[in-house]
Amino acid sequence: MTKTNMVPVPSLGIIPERDVNRMPILDIHHLGIDFGGLHAVEDFNLVIGRTEIAGLIGPNGAGKTTVFNLLTNVYTPSRGVILLDGVDIRGKKTWQLNEMGIARTFQNIRLFNKLTVEDNVKVGLHNICRYSTLEGVLRLPRYWKMEKEAHEKAMELLSIFDMQHMANYVAGSLPYGAQRRLEIVRALATNPKLLLLDEPAAGMNPSETAELMQNIRKIRDDFQIAIMLIEHDMNLVMGICEGIAVLNYGKIIAKGTPDQIKADPVVIEAYLGRQGEESLHAEG
Amino acid sequence: MTKYKNLSSPTKNMVSTFALVIGLFLILQILLLTGSVSSLVKGQLVPICAYIVMAVSLNLTVGILGELSLGHAGFMSVGAFSGVVMSSVLKQAGASDGLRLFVSILTGCVFGAIVGFLIGIPVLRLKGDYLAIVTLAFGEIIKSIMNNLYIGLDASGLHVNMLKDNLNMTDGRVIISGPMGVSGNDKLSTFFAGFLLILFCLFVIFNFVDSRAGRAVAAQRDNYIATESVGINVTKYKLTAFTISAGMAGMAGTLFALNYSTVVASKFDFNTSILVLVFVVLGGLGNMKGSILAAIVLTLLPELLRAFSTYRMLLYAIVLILIMLITNNPEMKHVVDTVLSRIKGLFRRRKGGAVND
Ligand SMILES: Nc1ncnc2c1ncn2[C@@H]1O[C@H](COP(=O)(O)OP(=O)(O)O)[C@@H](O)[C@H]1O
Ligand SMILES: [Mg+2]
Repeated sequence: MTKTNMVPVPSLGIIPERDVNRMPILDIHHLGIDFGGLHAVEDFNLVIGRTEIAGLIGPNGAGKTTVFNLLTNVYTPSRGVILLDGVDIRGKKTWQLNEMGIARTFQNIRLFNKLTVEDNVKVGLHNICRYSTLEGVLRLPRYWKMEKEAHEKAMELLSIFDMQHMANYVAGSLPYGAQRRLEIVRALATNPKLLLLDEPAAGMNPSETAELMQNIRKIRDDFQIAIMLIEHDMNLVMGICEGIAVLNYGKIIAKGTPDQIKADPVVIEAYLGRQGEESLHAEG
Repeated sequence: MTKYKNLSSPTKNMVSTFALVIGLFLILQILLLTGSVSSLVKGQLVPICAYIVMAVSLNLTVGILGELSLGHAGFMSVGAFSGVVMSSVLKQAGASDGLRLFVSILTGCVFGAIVGFLIGIPVLRLKGDYLAIVTLAFGEIIKSIMNNLYIGLDASGLHVNMLKDNLNMTDGRVIISGPMGVSGNDKLSTFFAGFLLILFCLFVIFNFVDSRAGRAVAAQRDNYIATESVGINVTKYKLTAFTISAGMAGMAGTLFALNYSTVVASKFDFNTSILVLVFVVLGGLGNMKGSILAAIVLTLLPELLRAFSTYRMLLYAIVLILIMLITNNPEMKHVVDTVLSRIKGLFRRRKGGAVND
C-alpha cells in the first residue's frame, strides 16, 4: 500500500504577480476566535504574497488588532489554520513566531520606555547578534565582536528614519511620531519575513504620514519582505497597499485592489462612507 | 527629550561602585593596622561582607529583574549548610584552609543556584504579590528542611537523613544535627575573602546587566509582550537572573557560616529575608552602591547602639524610619541633594583654582 503525500496549496485569493511563483508568506484559512460569546474574528481567509504590502481596514472594533494578536499568538485561535511560509504555526509561542519571521508593532505603542533608543533596537537584535550569557558575563571576545556588530546594525537601522542622532535618548521621552518609527525599527531589527504594522500613522501629522508612506515602501523594496498594515488613513492605505481586506464585525466583507475596494458599495456602506465620523474616534 | 548620558551610564556606575568597595576596604585595612577598629566592629566585618553579597544579589532579583522575592535567606541557608559540609569533607581529605574556603563557597554557589533554579521554574510563572507570597513560602520550607536535616561524615562517606537515628553512623562525626545545626565548625572565612567575593559578585552583576541577557531582562520589566514579540524567551532570562541571584546568596551563606563555630537553620529565617530586602529598598532598587551602604550601616547600627542597651531596638527603628524619610521623601531628598551638590561645587572650585594657580 502506498500512501499519497498531500501538501497544502494556497487558498483562493489575490497576490502580486511578481510573487506568484513563490510560496505565499501568509496563508490563513477559516481563522476565528471567540471572547466569551463574541465572535471577534470569524472565518477569516487571506493570502499575502512574499513582497506584498497588504492592508487590513475596517471600523473600530472590527477585529483588526485581534487578527495581529492571533498571528503572533498573543491570543490563541479558537479555529482555523495559519500557514507562515507554508508552515503551520499552531502551538508556537509569541517569541518562536518572531524567530520564524513575524515581527510587529502595537496600536498602543509598546516601547521599552526606560531604555535608550539604541538599546530598544539592540533588544530587537537579540537573536541576530548572539552570544551566550557566560560569554557576556566573562566579557569573552565574542561579546565584544557581537556588541560592536549590534551597535553598527542598530545605527544602520535607525538611519532608515534618520534617527541616529537620537540613539542615546530615553525611548519614553521621544515625541509620539518618533516612538512609532522606533517601534518599526525595533521590529525590523529582528530580520522578519513579514512585518505587521498596527496603525503606524496614528497620531502623525500629514507630512509625517507622507514620509512614513515613502519609508514603508522603501523598507519593502530594500528588505524584500511582506508588510501587512492596519490603518485608518485612507491616503496611506490606498497609496501604498497592493491588496486590501476589509473587516467588519470580525468578518471580511471585501478583498481586492485599492481601486476595487474604493468602488465597492458594501465597503462604502460599512466603512468608507462613514470615515468622517470614524476618524473622530480613531484613537481607540 | 531626556538624554541617557545625562543620567548615569552603565560603565560609570560600575567603576564608581568598584571604587567605593575598594576604597572602603583600603580605609578599613589602614584602620585595622593602626588598631583603631573596635573588636565589636572587627567581629562584624565578615558578616557585613556576607550581607553586602546578599543585598546586591537580592537587588538583581528585585531591582533589576523586577520581582519581589521574600525568601532570599532560604538560598543563603542552602549555601551555608552545603558549604559547611564541603569544608568538613575537605578537612578529612587534608586540604589547606584557603582551598577549603574557596571550594566550599563554590559549593554554596552551586547548591544555591540549583535550588534557585528549581524554585524559579514554578515561581517565575506567577506575577507580583503572588510571586512574593510563594517565595516567602519556599523560604520557610527550606528553613524547615534544614531544621530537620542530619548529615554525618565517617570513613564510608556522607550520611544524609531527616531522622537522627537513621544516620547509621559507625564512627565519624555528625556535621549537621537538625535543629542544633552545626557546632565545632572551623572558622575559615576572612575579611579579605569577603572583599573578593563582593568584587566578584559585582563584576558578574554589572556585566550581566550590560549584556544581551541583561537587556532582555530590562526589556521584559518595561514591557513583557513587546519583549516576547522580538523573539525573546522571557522565561529563560528571568530564570537565568533568578538563578544567578540564588547562587550568589548561596555564596554569601557559606561565607557567613564559615565565620562562626556554630550555625543553626533558624538564623536564615523570614526576618533575615526581610532585613536584606530592607537593605535593597533603602539603598534603592537597582542601585548597587545603595545596597552596599545600606547593608554596612544597618548591620553596624545595632552593634553601635549597644551602649543604649534597653532602648537599642527602639533607636534602631527610629534611625531606620529617619533614613527612609530622608531618602524617599522628595522634599528631604531635595535638601540633601542641594547640600551634596554644594559640597561637590566646593571641591570643583578648589580643583579649578589649583589649575589656575
Ligand atoms: N482580550 C479581549 N477580551 C475580550 N474582548 C476583546 C479582547 N480583545 C479584543 N476584544 C474585542 O474584540 C473586538 C475587536 O477588537 P480589536 O481587534 O481591538 O478591534 P480593531 O479592529 O479596532 O483593532 C472588540 O469588540 C473588542 O472589544
Ligand atoms: Mg485596533
